[in-house]
This record gives sequence, structure tokens and C-alpha cells, in this order.
Amino acid sequence: MEGKDPLNVIVTGVGGQGNVLISQLMGRALVRAGYHVTIGETYGASQRGGAVMSHLRVSRQAQYGPLIPQGQANVILGLEPVETLRVLGQYGNPGVTVITNSRPVYPLAVAIGTAHYPSVEEIVKALEELSSKAWLINATDIALELGASILTNIIMLGALVGADVLPLAAGEFELELRESLPADRLDLNLKAFRLGLAEAKAR
Amino acid sequence: MTSITAYEPGASQLLMGNEAIARGALEAGVGFASGYPGTPSSEIIGSLAEVAREMDIYVEWSVNEKVALEAAAAASFAGVRAIVAMKQNGLNVASDFLMTLNLTGTNAGLVLVLCDDPSALSSTNEEDSRPIAKWADLPLLEPATFQEAKEMTKWAFELSEEIKNVCLIRSVTRVSHARGDVRLGEPMPPSREARFAPTTLGQFTPMFVPLKHNLLHQKLSKAREIFESSPFNWYTGPERPELLIVTCGSGWYYSLEAVRTLGLESSVGILKLGTTWPLPEKLVQQHLARTDKVLVVEEVDPFLEGNLKELVGDTFSALGPLTFYGKRSGHLPSFGELDPDRVMGAVSSVLGRERVAVDPDYAKKAQALTGSLVQSRMIGFCAGCPHRATLWSVKNALKLDGRGGFVTGDIGCYTMGLGPTGFFQLKTAQAMGSGTGLASGFGKLGKLGFSQPVLAVCGDSTFFHAAIPALINGVYNQSNFTLIILDNSATAMTGFQPHPGTGASALGEPAPRVDLEALCGSLGIRVEVADPFDLEDTTHKLLDLMRDDSGVRVLISRRKCALVRAREEKAAYKVRVDSEKCRGESCGCARLCTRVFQCPGLVWDSDSQTARIDEIICSGCGVCADICPASAIIREVA
Repeated sequence: MEGKDPLNVIVTGVGGQGNVLISQLMGRALVRAGYHVTIGETYGASQRGGAVMSHLRVSRQAQYGPLIPQGQANVILGLEPVETLRVLGQYGNPGVTVITNSRPVYPLAVAIGTAHYPSVEEIVKALEELSSKAWLINATDIALELGASILTNIIMLGALVGADVLPLAAGEFELELRESLPADRLDLNLKAFRLGLAEAKAR
Repeated sequence: MTSITAYEPGASQLLMGNEAIARGALEAGVGFASGYPGTPSSEIIGSLAEVAREMDIYVEWSVNEKVALEAAAAASFAGVRAIVAMKQNGLNVASDFLMTLNLTGTNAGLVLVLCDDPSALSSTNEEDSRPIAKWADLPLLEPATFQEAKEMTKWAFELSEEIKNVCLIRSVTRVSHARGDVRLGEPMPPSREARFAPTTLGQFTPMFVPLKHNLLHQKLSKAREIFESSPFNWYTGPERPELLIVTCGSGWYYSLEAVRTLGLESSVGILKLGTTWPLPEKLVQQHLARTDKVLVVEEVDPFLEGNLKELVGDTFSALGPLTFYGKRSGHLPSFGELDPDRVMGAVSSVLGRERVAVDPDYAKKAQALTGSLVQSRMIGFCAGCPHRATLWSVKNALKLDGRGGFVTGDIGCYTMGLGPTGFFQLKTAQAMGSGTGLASGFGKLGKLGFSQPVLAVCGDSTFFHAAIPALINGVYNQSNFTLIILDNSATAMTGFQPHPGTGASALGEPAPRVDLEALCGSLGIRVEVADPFDLEDTTHKLLDLMRDDSGVRVLISRRKCALVRAREEKAAYKVRVDSEKCRGESCGCARLCTRVFQCPGLVWDSDSQTARIDEIICSGCGVCADICPASAIIREVA
């Protein structure tokens, strides 16, 4: 993503997955490195199971508005596969990089049995045909192995950093985690971050 | 995350618009802050509360917005700078006091921040609060950037002191709830010489109303003069633009992006106004005189557009013919949020140029590949939410009662009881406390042929905010209804702020806890308490209260918010579905647990044709075990 200014990143998922936290961690690390950053977020009712999006706009030159125009995302980080597809359809373009968690959070219509959730094959096909690079990460499984599904977002942040799409090195993000997270949860989060990083590096 | 005082002056910090507003107040030497939580305004008072001890200032969550404004006005009267924050609906509550406070005037700087919610992302309306400035003759500022949100707030205190009146700041979701890098200034200590000492007869009263009204207009004229040279208004673009965009607030970035993306920098100019009432007339006229096409970009109502046209009407001969585009011309919608695409569309259409937003081949492919896969994601009650359990009992009690009873709703998470996860039980939803007010009215219709039982619901915070007068109205007028107070010990919808019933202050310190049972009991009415997770007991109590139709009754349905429980305690149960016992479609229950109860932790597994628990979502409340007729849902103490 060298040379993209502004760099447009969308973080998407379902309320409660920690979307806001990782977009803030990214934003803070980038501001520390001297970038102008704007983050537009949807909150409020979105905590209650709704679709959530954070738009990050990163620039050396100027501050940009909080909403990315349609078709203008450079990177999409998804915490939930169908939400990733939703965002890709609206903000994607042939050059977009997509990194998404593989584990579904079923919409209520699926949970109650009135709708079907798309198959992994359908999801992968759409992701691949609509992006220049698409990675599916089993982040929730990794998080569960660490003992807490809530770590999914930090693993995905690690994967994003490992994909070298942001103008910052892993060390700078680790510094951010150290500064922003409470001491008693730092080690586990660092572990999660590095596992995500390793997932990306292995590709 | 870090507080708004964590960084040194001069540093850049990533701040939410609301935090930038709060930081601006600190840099102005604010000594008193108050408000009532409401999206998207809550973080202004929240972030000030977080640093209140360190800065040695006073911050409170008030019982409602009117009291918040009154309390802050007292600080202003006594010589202490004060800030009040609320969402657009809150302004309606506070406006009774505001519409006289404007006449009485203020002493130390008093800044009222109004945060609007275009598209009603978390509201029951998308009211534009700006007309209050015109109505109340008060100056209005609208920040467009995060830096400006801070600087404007800081300056608003000076303006307020200059004209001795309230200064209004209007923000919207995309400013308040967005984040950006902000360069910090120096925080200032507040005045510590608070003293109420009127110097003239009737100084803090509206006494001699017409005279004060005239004085109010003079104050506003002074603000207009100051606005003529305000650094919050600026122009970017060519000397004589083919099209002039006039914009404010969130519209600024969208307009800038539209002009850049369309490559129109040399033909389209942007006049960005930060002082939108009263308009800086000379400045605006200068710019209007240099073009013949004007597009107004603003959220939500055509407030600026109307005021510009009014100004043009006053000075038509000097300006020559002008064509206005915006909401009235239909180039921009007069409902819902704006975004860069909508503004790009409007600019292209006014200039008669074609604009292709997204590569049509890609868009077509994306639609074909994702369109059928992407389902809507309705919001609903969380797994383990006590409101779902209460409304389940309400639904069953109303059915058992059989007299066509219904529920009047109110404002909070439980407003989602209008939808499927609350079994469509709520039949009305208007303003804070209005469920109880409506119930009080319904309960007096007996003489006019009405015979349905009436249940009102409201949350604990809403009860203190606005339901108490309605409840007392019902008692006094001998109405007939049952109020269910959904006591989840938090202002959950807006971020778990404390309130008078929680025993904690805005700073998280111990505070007197107003006892709901004692308060309601003091009205001489029947008060019952139930645990909503005990479905049988709650249903019985509801039935009994409905049948006891002798007046006003209260049921306090008490259980902590599931999200708060998840933070504070371990799950009560480990829940699983015994796939031997679950008979799926052949059971006859018609998938009561997944199809009807609709907890996101309970999933219908179409492969095995049984229900199962999603262990990541399930909160372990165990309520679903009581609704399964086959006893297939097993809860074990965790």
C-alpha cells in the first residue's frame, strides 16, 4: 500500500467483537508516528448485534472526512465473514486487500432458522474474485485456544500488521498495546497479536 | 484507553469529537459540567468525569437535561464557567428553562452542546436542533473538524462572557462519534471564587420581559459583529467560482472530498461556516456576490439554506440573480445523513457532469457475488438480556389475562421490544417517560368504553428522568395501569452511566441510592419486585397486578444488564442442548426456543435439525432452559 494517500481502511464486524478497540489502537499508533488519522464509527445500537464499521483514513498531508466514499477502500479487515462481504460489495475495488476472520456470527435470521448462512466456498469465491488479495484467518479458533474468544480482534490486528498494508512496523503496534491495555491483560493480548502476525507471515 | 489529560500540551492525540469538546472546555477553565446521557453526546460528560478528580472540577450526571442546564446555569451565575451536553431530544426537555434563561442572561461562560443524530442511528427521531438558536436568539457554532471542536468550545466560553448569554454548539454523529488527531493546548484551572451576587435589580430574572427581549437582540447583534471576522469561517476556491458550496459541520469534509475527487478545485469554491447563527451577513454577501450558483450542504434540515435565502431576500438588489441548490431543490435529501457520495452526486448534477462512483463492471460483479449472501442484521436484545425475559413474561401474562392488554413503551434498550427479540410487545415509543404518561391517559378511558389492561415499561434511568411525574399523575388522577420498571442498574443503551438508583456518582464514587421501592411505596400504591429470570414468578405477579385493577401498581423487574454482568461476574450456568431430548420439528413446540425466544446464543442447526448453544455468544443466564417444553435445554451451575 506504499504511496496511497489517503490510505482508506475499513474494519468491520458485529457489535461486541471489539471493532472500535482495534481501529482506535491503529489510529493511535499512526498518530504517534506523525500521520493524520480520521476514524468514523457506528455505535450506539450497534452494540446490540448490529453490523459495525470503522472507517480509517490515514494521510501524511491532511485530515480527511470520517466516511470513505463507495468503492474507495484500500484495505478491509473483517471480524466476521458476511460483514466483510457486505463492506466489500459497497466499498471494494479490484485493488483492495481483504483480511477476514473465518468464524461466522450468525444474524438472528440464521440463528432462528429462517435464513441460511453462506458456505465457506461461496465466501472464498466472492472474496477472491473481488479483491487483489484475500486472506481467511481462523482467528476465533486461535483465540479460543488462548482461552478467550474476545481476543479475536487483536489476532486480526496482528494479521493486518503482518500483511504490511499499514505504514507501521509490528514493534510500533506492540508499543501501542503496552500503552493502551491494562497491565493484567497485556501479556495475553501481546500473545494474540503475535499469533496473528505469524498467521500473516506464514502466507 | 487514555484520558483527555494524558498527553502534554503541544502533543497530538487521537480524540473523539466529544473528547475534543471536553478538552476544549478544560482549556477554557471549565469548573462545572453536567448532562444526561444520550447518543451521540455521552462522552463529553463521560470524559470530563474521568478527569474530574485530577482537575479538581465538578462533573455530574444529572437526572435529566433540564436539571442539567439549571445546575450549570447556577455555576455560571456564581461566576464559574460551565458546560452542559445533551442529545437532540434532550434539548426538548431543557428548552423550557432555556427559553427564559436566554432573557435572564448569564455571568461566567455557559456553553450548551447539542449533539444531533442524523439518520437516527441511536434515536427515535433525527430532529435538527439548530432552529433553537433562531428561536431563542442565541449564538450557534458548528464544528467541522476535531481540532475545531476543541478550539470552538474553548472560544465559546469567551463569546458567552462577551455577550453574557448562553453559547450553543451543535455537533452531529460524524463529528461527535468520529476520531481524529488533535493538537492539544494548555488546560486552565477554573475560577475558585464562586459567589452568587446579583449587581442589578432582577439581573438573573426575566423581569421587564420586553426590555430583556430587546437586550437579547442587542446581544445577538454583537455576536453577529464578532462572527464577521471569526476564524471558524473560511473560503477555499477560485475568486469567482462557477458554483459556491456553502457548508457547515459534517458537510465540510464531504464537500472538500467531492470537489477534490471530481477535480473541480479551479471552478467550485467552498464557504465553510462555523458560526451559523446569526449569520455573518457581510462575509456571506461578499461570497454570494461572486457567483450565481449556490449549493448548500448541511445535516439534516435546510436551516442554513433557509437563512441564506432570507439574507438574500433582504439584500436582493445588491446581489443579483442567484440560483440555490440543496434540499429544497432536491439535489440533497432533507432526511437522513449525508456522505461524500451524496455530496459528489449533488455537485455533479448541479454542474451537469456525469459522475461514475464505482467501476460499473466491478459493481455488477460485486452484486452478483455478494448480493444474495449478505443478509440484513437486525439489532435485538443481547444474549442474557433481562428485558427479553421480562417481555417473555409480559407476553404470556397478557395472553393468559386475555382482555386485550398491551404495553406502552419508552426510551432505552428496551425500545427494541418493538421488534422480534421483544416479541413485538411494545406498542408505543415516543419520548422519555411518555410510556407512563400514555398509560396514565389510557387508564382513564374506562368511562369511555375502554376495558383493556395497560402495562407501561420504562428503564430505571428513564424512570428518574421523566416517568416520575407521569406516575404521580396516574396516582393523583386515580388512573388504572401497571408500570413495569425494568431495573437493570445502568443507563445501558448509552454506555452504562450511573444514575440516582445505582449508588454511584458520575466519578464512580459512592452516592446516596434512591430506593425505587420506597419511592414508589411512598405514593401509597402497590409495589412488587420480581427477578425477570424467574419466568413463572414474574408472569404470576404480572397477572395478579393486572387483575388488581384498582389503581396504579408498580412491578420492579430487577436484574443487572447482561453486559455489566459479563464484566463483573462469571456466568451463572453452563447451558447445552441435549440432542437426544430435542425433537426439533417433530416436537410440536414449533421451535419455540430459536424461532420465538430469539436469543442469539441459541441457534437452530439445520444440519442436525435440533437447537444448539453457541458457546461464544451464550451468557449463561439459563432462562431458555425454562421455556423448552421437552426439557432438552440443560443448565448446569457453572
